[in-house]
Amino acid sequence: MSSKQAMSKRRLERCGLTVTGACVTLVAVLVVTLIVMVASHGLATFTADGIPLGDFLLGTTWNPHQADAAGNPTVGALPMICGSFAVTLLATAFALPIAVGSAIFVVEVAPGFGRRVFQPLVELLVGIPSVVFGLIGLTVVVAWTRGWAGGTGYGIFSGAVVLAVMVLPTITSLSIDAVAAVPMSYREGSYALGCTRWQTIWNVVLRSARPSLMTATILGMTRAFGESLAVQMVIGNSAQVPGSLFTPASTLTSILTMGMGNEAMGTVYSDALWSLALLLLGMSLVFILIIHLIGSKGVKAHA
Amino acid sequence: MPDQRTASPAQAPTLDPGAAAVHVRRIARQDRLATGILTIIVALVLVLLAAIVGYILVNGAGKLFDLSFLTSKPEQFRAGGGIGPELFNSFYLLLLTLLISVPISLGAAIFLAEYAPDNVVTVAAKTAIETLSSLPSIVVGLFGFLFFVLQMGWGFSILSGALALTMFNIPILERTIQQALEDVPRTQRDAGLALGLTKWETTIHVLVPAAMPAIVTGVVLSAGRVFGEAAALIYTAGQSAPALDFGCLDLTSPTCPWNLFRPAETLAVHIWKINSEGVVPDLSAVSNGTAAVLMVCILVFNLVARGAGKAIARRLTAE
Repeated sequence: MSSKQAMSKRRLERCGLTVTGACVTLVAVLVVTLIVMVASHGLATFTADGIPLGDFLLGTTWNPHQADAAGNPTVGALPMICGSFAVTLLATAFALPIAVGSAIFVVEVAPGFGRRVFQPLVELLVGIPSVVFGLIGLTVVVAWTRGWAGGTGYGIFSGAVVLAVMVLPTITSLSIDAVAAVPMSYREGSYALGCTRWQTIWNVVLRSARPSLMTATILGMTRAFGESLAVQMVIGNSAQVPGSLFTPASTLTSILTMGMGNEAMGTVYSDALWSLALLLLGMSLVFILIIHLIGSKGVKAHA
Repeated sequence: MPDQRTASPAQAPTLDPGAAAVHVRRIARQDRLATGILTIIVALVLVLLAAIVGYILVNGAGKLFDLSFLTSKPEQFRAGGGIGPELFNSFYLLLLTLLISVPISLGAAIFLAEYAPDNVVTVAAKTAIETLSSLPSIVVGLFGFLFFVLQMGWGFSILSGALALTMFNIPILERTIQQALEDVPRTQRDAGLALGLTKWETTIHVLVPAAMPAIVTGVVLSAGRVFGEAAALIYTAGQSAPALDFGCLDLTSPTCPWNLFRPAETLAVHIWKINSEGVVPDLSAVSNGTAAVLMVCILVFNLVARGAGKAIARRLTAE
């Protein structure tokens, strides 16, 4: 091989490394820019506008056009924080048993059916746009809730039902992976001791898949917490601390979706909205952190 | 050992034959019951899925095959508006998004799968991508509003929308492609290197073609996600759809379909907007029809994703 050819090979190699490295750098820089920009606008509420952090996090009234007793605009975010956590937890509570149950069925009971029919269909459910879920929620779930619970039908319950359907495929397909990853020898050991299939599932499979199932749940919660339009369409968008599951409420995302377009940048109202966005961003970072903690704990337990 | 076997009934009185039979019957019943419940759960999920898809398609069926609905422009205060511009905008935005996000994701995936040194920088980059993938799409949309719409001064435009969607799409694509590259057997990599190819040449000529079926499936599936995304678009690509004149080739004109700097409402945004404003008289007909169109597109994306991956795999292995 001539040295010229070797040189060009080396140059090609360096070129490839630079280009692909630049792609990764670009993405990383974008993420950092995003966090810095959202944080700088979100923190302006507390630094530039002088609203105490406690008033923002624990205040129960959201009415930025009206001044409170101290003369500051009333931007208490507690109603939205409560709303977001309520719909997320309720949706997860609805979806989790169904997701784990069907994961067990398709791995342990009917693997052929699971791989050929069930998994492709669940993936299809992942692809359905959130506004379509919102539309169905608006026309079916809200009317149904109104029918048996009274009131307007808008509220945390309707939001949680819609979200449960939306996060179901996420949790299900991750749970399938988690259950399928349990080594076959564990099951064989349990069967050899004379255990039934259910005893094996309950005492062996679910127990050893627990960290991965928890990760699946958290990822589903992340999706539920950040979902905006579908929830906004069915929750009623009333910024009060929710007193019941069936009265209109609001979430961080729903207030953001409604409010951001109406306010000029730099006003206290818009800063407060950015603080909500920052809160949302912070929560998704917390969810990632939890997933990593579960992961590292799982590694330690297996080592 | 015989002595242990004779000793055991005395030590474990529960093992007398009657109680053991009761126990066996009980766990067998438990097992059947559990299987029954699991079957019901799975049936429930399938019924739910069929109900959702069926509901959307049946309710929108009237509009789905109505050519004037698919081509005419939307109406604000009169009944009978169509979704022509929205349909075009959705596909145009998708095309632009894929043009930008596929090369970047491919590059990033190649770097992380093949080159990435095992150090702090790599961990940081991986964490950044993971963070991006878990961010709510509304936050990505708001960042796009802040950065592309206001800071760069591009206004509510296709370009701002496509860049916001790119940020939404990159983590999904990057992960799929990286997984596809890592799934290529080790031997292929070794064979390429043993023939005197450099790492880059091995990647481009051996690994990427071998991973191509999985990459194509991943790209088309992500296209479905992008096609239905609305939250990232309402404050970037805007919520208005100016009438389009397909004869117009002046790229600066607001009616030119290819103009990158015109606002462009998509199908998904259209459903959300008309439902939250509620002034269109035939609201439910239009939103059901739009949802059905969206649904059909998603179904097609899903079928194409499976078909294309398989077709490419067949061609590659037959050669």
